[in-house]
Amino acid sequence: MSLDKATVAKIAHLARIKVPEEELDHLAGELSQILTFVEQLGEVDTNNVPPMTSVAAQKLRRRKDEVTDGGYRESVLSNGPETAEGFYVVPKVVE
Amino acid sequence: MGALTHLTMAEALDGLAKKEYTAVELTEAHVKAVETIRPLNAFITETPDKALEMAKASDARRAKGEVGPMEGLPIAVKDLFCTRGVLTTAASHILDGFKPEYESTVTTNLWRDGAVMLGKVNLDEFAMGSANITSYHGNVVSPWSPGEVGNWSRQLVPGGSSGGSAAAVAARAALGATGTDTGGSIRQPAAFTGIVGIKPTYGRCSRWGVVAFASSLDQAGPMTRTVEDAAIMLRSMCGFDPKDSTSVDMPVPDFRAALTGDIRGLKVGIPREYRVEGMPAEIAKIWDQGIEWLKAAGAEPVDISLPHTKYALATYYIVAPAEASSNLARYDGVRYGLRVEGGNLKDLYENTRGAGFGKEVRRRILIGTYVLSAGYYDAYYNKARQVRTRIKWDFDEAFKSCDVILTPTAPSTAFAIGEKMDDPIQMYLNDVFTVPASLAGLPGMSVPAGLGSDGLPLGLQLIGRPFDEETVLRVGHVIEKAADFTATPPFVA
Amino acid sequence: MSYIQGETGDWEMVIGLEVHAQVISNAKLFSGAATEFGAEPNSQVSFVDAAFPGMLPVINEHAVEQAVRTGLGLKAQINLHSVFDRKNYFYADLPQGYQISQYLQPIVGKGEIVLDLPDGSSRTVGITRLHLEQDAGKSLHDQHPAKTYIDLNRSGVALMEIVSEPDMRTAEEAGAYLRKLRSILRYLGTCDGNMEEGSMRCDVNVSVRKPGAPFGTRCEIKNVNSIRFVMAAIEYEARRQIDIIEEGGKIDQETRLWDTTKFETRSMRSKEEAHDYRYFPDPDLLPLELEPEWVEDIKKTLPELPDDKKARFISEYKLSAYDANVLVSEKAKADFYEAVAKGRDPKLAANWVTGELFGYLNKAGKEIEESPVSAENLGGLIDLIADNTISGRIAKEVFEAMFETGEKPADIVEKKGLRQVTDTGAIESSIDAVLAANADKVEEFRSGKDKLFGFFVGQVMKATQGKANPALVNEILTRKLKG
Repeated sequence: MSLDKATVAKIAHLARIKVPEEELDHLAGELSQILTFVEQLGEVDTNNVPPMTSVAAQKLRRRKDEVTDGGYRESVLSNGPETAEGFYVVPKVVE
Repeated sequence: MGALTHLTMAEALDGLAKKEYTAVELTEAHVKAVETIRPLNAFITETPDKALEMAKASDARRAKGEVGPMEGLPIAVKDLFCTRGVLTTAASHILDGFKPEYESTVTTNLWRDGAVMLGKVNLDEFAMGSANITSYHGNVVSPWSPGEVGNWSRQLVPGGSSGGSAAAVAARAALGATGTDTGGSIRQPAAFTGIVGIKPTYGRCSRWGVVAFASSLDQAGPMTRTVEDAAIMLRSMCGFDPKDSTSVDMPVPDFRAALTGDIRGLKVGIPREYRVEGMPAEIAKIWDQGIEWLKAAGAEPVDISLPHTKYALATYYIVAPAEASSNLARYDGVRYGLRVEGGNLKDLYENTRGAGFGKEVRRRILIGTYVLSAGYYDAYYNKARQVRTRIKWDFDEAFKSCDVILTPTAPSTAFAIGEKMDDPIQMYLNDVFTVPASLAGLPGMSVPAGLGSDGLPLGLQLIGRPFDEETVLRVGHVIEKAADFTATPPFVA
Repeated sequence: MSYIQGETGDWEMVIGLEVHAQVISNAKLFSGAATEFGAEPNSQVSFVDAAFPGMLPVINEHAVEQAVRTGLGLKAQINLHSVFDRKNYFYADLPQGYQISQYLQPIVGKGEIVLDLPDGSSRTVGITRLHLEQDAGKSLHDQHPAKTYIDLNRSGVALMEIVSEPDMRTAEEAGAYLRKLRSILRYLGTCDGNMEEGSMRCDVNVSVRKPGAPFGTRCEIKNVNSIRFVMAAIEYEARRQIDIIEEGGKIDQETRLWDTTKFETRSMRSKEEAHDYRYFPDPDLLPLELEPEWVEDIKKTLPELPDDKKARFISEYKLSAYDANVLVSEKAKADFYEAVAKGRDPKLAANWVTGELFGYLNKAGKEIEESPVSAENLGGLIDLIADNTISGRIAKEVFEAMFETGEKPADIVEKKGLRQVTDTGAIESSIDAVLAANADKVEEFRSGKDKLFGFFVGQVMKATQGKANPALVNEILTRKLKG
């Protein structure tokens, strides 16, 4: 599988990572190499093989419906790069 | 006081109990050692004040007769574990300045049992790497590097991702360190630096408060200088945590009690597929030596087959990046860490993540994003999950005829910084022996077994049945004794 | 079938609804933070909800139970094995960068809802699925000219997404669907259905086609927050699509927003680019396995739902389908009615509840829960009519006073002296006085002008301030006039 520059740019946008134009070519090469490497999985017969969700052989535990967390706004906001009046702040979003 | 840093945990516990020294004295020696090994760049954050404060508290507890299983032992914490009020970086620019207001479950358990924190150690960025060269805070140098300190003739890697942990423990700056292992990140650096590292069964250690790389694979574990120390520290780290849905509610055994030395009649599986083409002779030799040691101790080697071994790396390099691409989406410059402004929110995201992630992390996020994207999910991600099932089945089948599996830990000794750097696949091959057990969620341990022709440590890996760390530790203990690995790195504190 | 007239003939709307219903629970779906509405910003946020490094989800059992309860109430298939997936996208109020949802294997499968239409007929709409997911936080755009403020209080609150089949054909049906769904959720106690507070939100899928033709391209109108707006948005959107097609254009499948001031839909600017959500099973969670016995236990605690209640009201109380519909639309109304009807004439009780009471409540803009007249007091009023203490006419006056003051009917009757006069002597003397004062009219009556009877009744009632028992007045007046 070979990825072209445009595809890499598209993925980078999907992942919200800015990639300088001049790095796209090199990155496309590296990613293609990795994809080529993983393509060997095609050799494995996986008919009727269930995809693994978790190696933990157990059931999903459920917790009680009790309020046990939250209520510490200062701690939640203390690492925020920009906050105001108890909110996180980002540039204006237009819907 | 130099000798204090050369103690094992077991010895130190003994000395503390006999009041030969206090926790403060033990900690002071280590704080000094941490300073001494600065040229290795093993620590991202040193916390000497906190260490001494904790040591004082430990001595006070001891005076009252309250003695935890790790009472007064100074350790290093991989900077992937969130520690309250202490900078936690995951070795990434994107977590600049992040001081969590919470403490990971594993470190909470360690402090509960009396351990003392020396600081936060370096790692590959977000634990992605096998050489500790992807850290935003600079690479870690192995204390095994030859030549003059700081002016090494060959700068060797300590392995990764827990490279800072491995270097600190090998260089005698900490009695032990926490590591995390996603595809071999505890076992491979342990092998490279001549120490012991165990990744327990998936679900043994809580992942709560550990910065996530690949959720279905990540497991914490101890890195120590002896198997006995690993048993001591593992017991403190493990335990059921209701805050982690994948944590297993099972009693934690006294792992130290499992080190009986008696492995008579035990069946040790030797997987034929691990004898990969082009395996260096000295790796094959140390493996054969390991088999002989176990035979001599009364165990019975059995030939086993793990037919999908060769597909493990490819599986891993789909599953882990896919999960990582999603796990790392939260680093967006809004609530913590780095923010690089942009005119609008989209630019803020792209600038922050563009600047905040290093090249390896970026590469993996992009691969992960790609294999999950529309049209490719089935061909890549779902296929990899199916192969993962087959790899797990291989182990299930193998454990019908053996009790534990013996393999080399890594395909080579430590390499120098600058080698294998251009080719991601070459780098990924480091994990060829460790990844299968990770994919199957099995416990795996690396034990130092000898030195290669280059004078660098070689490790052997033991893989056990789910939740049978005891057998892994018992067999590892036997190898440790037989190997009588006493070599120390040229640079120690 | 009601079609829309276009330039080129009839058009049919095809409507499907996706409702996001906030689960009633104390804590969030995957964290222990509180869910109360209207708290200070970011005060009900845990490190899990704000997606701090290393934080992990643990599922709230009650939220699961609520989803199962709702599924059972929708007569739907309960899936004993379901899976939580991550839906990946970046948005300011989505701290994880993904929403934990259920994609391929939801907790609830196919079900149905019976719509009660205004003409008394009913129609069944299919439910495709119901799944559990996390709500996002809230973006506030009006706090600052250049900034958006983020409040994560809602982040992680449990939602049920309830998806209908594209079975509706008119805006009225969509309205009836939402009212019925809301009613069922409230009966079940799984969602308060409060659209103003956002605890029930609706995404509307609309397409148009020529009758009998295959489905057209649909547009999705996001987050419409009242039934009235849903109906208006459908009407607008269908007309917009018809106009485009009839002018030779093509409908683009897209997400649109409902503008509540202009009453029109518009294309969403921020979500223009195609999404690729990269769903995959959340590795922090395991598949959700339900025990059949657990589901059975929940089934046993289900309340009587509107459809069953309606059938019972018709058979037990002999009510009309219309009255039964009105009464069962809300559980509180039905409960109120049954309290009034108990031991009384059920039809009379229905008349008072649906007539006077609902009329007054409606005018006052009050919910049944806020009614100043309690069921006990309304029952008391009906009792006063039944035992002839007051007449039906006076009862309406008493009711008005009850609605204003909340007082007991008997107290009002006493205080205002409205007790019916049944003393024949007193009535006779009133009648005698009226007849004496109107001797000419008595003559006219006796010479055949029968219609004057009403005049005499009126005069007597006036003289007794309406309190005279009308039957007695009639009887005595008839006797006296015959003379």
